[in-house]
Amino acid sequence: MSEPLVTIDFSSFVRPTEQGLASMDLAIDGVDCAACMVDIEGTMRAVPGLVSARLNLTTHRLRLVWDANKTHASALVDALAKGGYRAYPFEQSRVELEETRRTQWLLKCLGVAGFAAMNIMLLSVSVWSGNANDMTPETRDFFHWLSALIALPAAAYAGQPFFRSALASMRAGKLNMDFPISLGILLALTMSVVETALHGTEAYFDSAIMLLVFLLAGRYLDQAMRKRTRAAAGNLAALKGEIAQLLDADGVMVAVPVAVLKAGDHILVRPGDRVPADGIILSGTSEMDTSLVTGETLRARVASGARVYAGAMNFDGALTIAVTAAGEGTMLDEVARLVEKAGEGRSRYRRLADRAARVYAPVVHVTAASTLVFWLFLGVGFHYAIIVAISVLIITCPCALALAVPAVQVVAAGHLFRAGIYLNSADALERLAEIDTIVFDKTGTLTLPEPNVINASEIAPELLGLAVRLAQSSRHPLAHAVARLATGAVPFDGAEEVPGAGVHALVDGMDVRLGSAAFCGAGVHLPASPDVSLIHLRYGNRHAAIEIRQSLRPDARATIELLRVRGFDVQILSGDRPEAVAPLAEQLGIEQAEGGVNPAQKIAVIEALRDQGRKVLMVGDGMNDAPALAAAYASLSPITAADLAQAQADAVFLSDRLLPVAQALDIARQSRALMRQNLWIAVIYNAFAVPLAIAGYVTPLIAAAAMSGSSILVTLNALRMRGLARHTEKPRVLPVRGPLTLAAGERR
Amino acid sequence: MNVLIYLVPIALALGVTALFAFLWSLKSGQYEDSEGPAYRILSDEDVKK
Repeated sequence: MSEPLVTIDFSSFVRPTEQGLASMDLAIDGVDCAACMVDIEGTMRAVPGLVSARLNLTTHRLRLVWDANKTHASALVDALAKGGYRAYPFEQSRVELEETRRTQWLLKCLGVAGFAAMNIMLLSVSVWSGNANDMTPETRDFFHWLSALIALPAAAYAGQPFFRSALASMRAGKLNMDFPISLGILLALTMSVVETALHGTEAYFDSAIMLLVFLLAGRYLDQAMRKRTRAAAGNLAALKGEIAQLLDADGVMVAVPVAVLKAGDHILVRPGDRVPADGIILSGTSEMDTSLVTGETLRARVASGARVYAGAMNFDGALTIAVTAAGEGTMLDEVARLVEKAGEGRSRYRRLADRAARVYAPVVHVTAASTLVFWLFLGVGFHYAIIVAISVLIITCPCALALAVPAVQVVAAGHLFRAGIYLNSADALERLAEIDTIVFDKTGTLTLPEPNVINASEIAPELLGLAVRLAQSSRHPLAHAVARLATGAVPFDGAEEVPGAGVHALVDGMDVRLGSAAFCGAGVHLPASPDVSLIHLRYGNRHAAIEIRQSLRPDARATIELLRVRGFDVQILSGDRPEAVAPLAEQLGIEQAEGGVNPAQKIAVIEALRDQGRKVLMVGDGMNDAPALAAAYASLSPITAADLAQAQADAVFLSDRLLPVAQALDIARQSRALMRQNLWIAVIYNAFAVPLAIAGYVTPLIAAAAMSGSSILVTLNALRMRGLARHTEKPRVLPVRGPLTLAAGERR
Repeated sequence: MNVLIYLVPIALALGVTALFAFLWSLKSGQYEDSEGPAYRILSDEDVKK
């Protein structure tokens, strides 16, 4: 594509640094190896005025710092584009910032707990071996006090994630797993201090701190995985490269990132662009493909006064649009209201670990209390009885139980990540595992989001070759479909686009035309079905009609078949016309298929299924699917989905195949099985350890060995998943189109 | 057991030093990119200047 590089006004993304320089973060597309990193940084270092360029190879983000007097942001982005890298400025979302902060905090807590654990172990091992030999009571007391000196401040700091969460759950009136954890740690520390003061032989400082280390390690890994997913999703959002052509007060056109548009702005939408924001057409007429908004595949004529929604594709005319804010009784409003209402149901889901904790905590606490009463009854004295009772609490402190779920979650999220599926919500895996019914949207979900040529094999190769080269010079979405047939095709020199008609060029002295029937003098051709569009090619006296339509994802049939074999009930719920849905449903062998369904009706269908006791997975991409995605038990969206829909989905998949839906369900089921196994391992561990503790045989050494043993066992069991999920294939990433895209041939 | 009088403080001091080294490395952003630096060391670009 010989598209000129647009100069974009990036000022809203540039941040001043403390040294008086300017800095900006960019998401970079196409960084897949270390060589790219060296290349990018090298390219940028050559730009005069640049102070530093540092690429983060984990998040694929580049931080540029430059002298604002010597160069400016768009020059830097252009330099990157010339080097073959597409870059787009991005701002960390509030959620991502929060997760980054939390990840750092957990790592800090882990560091402190790790330091404390190592030093206390040093002292504890001496005491354990000293107790057996000839350590004097004074030395032992000294070591215990030293341990307390390290353990108390360390636990006060590193235990915060658990204490806070436990307090919050107490206030909310539903105890979570952090409550027994916090109680166990606090009691262990208190008892140890009391024992030390009374010159006792046994202190549990090591157990309390080691517990913290294991739990924090689990939490940190979980959080780090989630942060990585969030960063990747953030990059994809930024790399859509949404840029609007803003008309300022003097009618001058400036390219600005979509994020800075506000209500009342006038924007120009050119043919082949997606509408960047909701608005009302001020002038111009065009054909509009609203499939991303309503699921409707037939294009509609729009003229001034009509309302348009972000995501609609403008076909043949330039439009001037006044941006409107939400809250004006628009369809967007209606959808947002439905989403809010529908989302309430899902927030009531209780996680597996918390459900386990609800049973576990009372049982443990009652056992400890009974132990106390039992030993008191035997008349061994209050001191001994309370020590045994507390040792029961320590040994049952759910170390393995609290690791059981996150350990599996981390491994599963990693698998999904490699399969190109990005989890949005923490409990999505557990909900996905329970699904029995899958409802698909049609347009953009079962079908590919962009239209494709469907009769390429019927057209003479030399004509098709001409069409592909000619199509490179057009901005029309149908021409894009033709251009995608081959990569690396070279556009014709001197090709000229006639707006609303087509493109033509002179090849070997003969005129080649690609466009409407009239433009190519092709006579009247009726497409085979109303949703097929025709684009004609004329070369001398030869002619070809290229049929284009939104075709099924390449593996849609196979995946639907696979899902049915696995026992899922598969249905279609589409906003498109029923007569467009029926043939497709038949082709896929889906019996239950409804068309012409509006967002409110979609919710109604999903709620009806829920009332039958079904657990519904909704897979959809349109803005009209957003309420249904929020209402369903679990939901998935392709990465090409409308922003509003993506925000509601539990996970987003990258591939242009449908297989990720089956993969997500597979991985979710495997991980739930492992989570259950892990919970059972924790229960069995307790079945052995608790009687020992009740009998009073548990010493700090046994507690330390038992607790770390069970934690390691649970973690190893979670790692088994790596072997189980080997069959996941690498995703084929959809090409993302944007103003800075370079054709494949121009990339190095 | 007089040896404890200086061995224990030394052990603790070493531990605290390691802790502060860790907190410093965290603060200076060394955990933000866990993949890049491994390759960065192979690049000579900064030397040529």
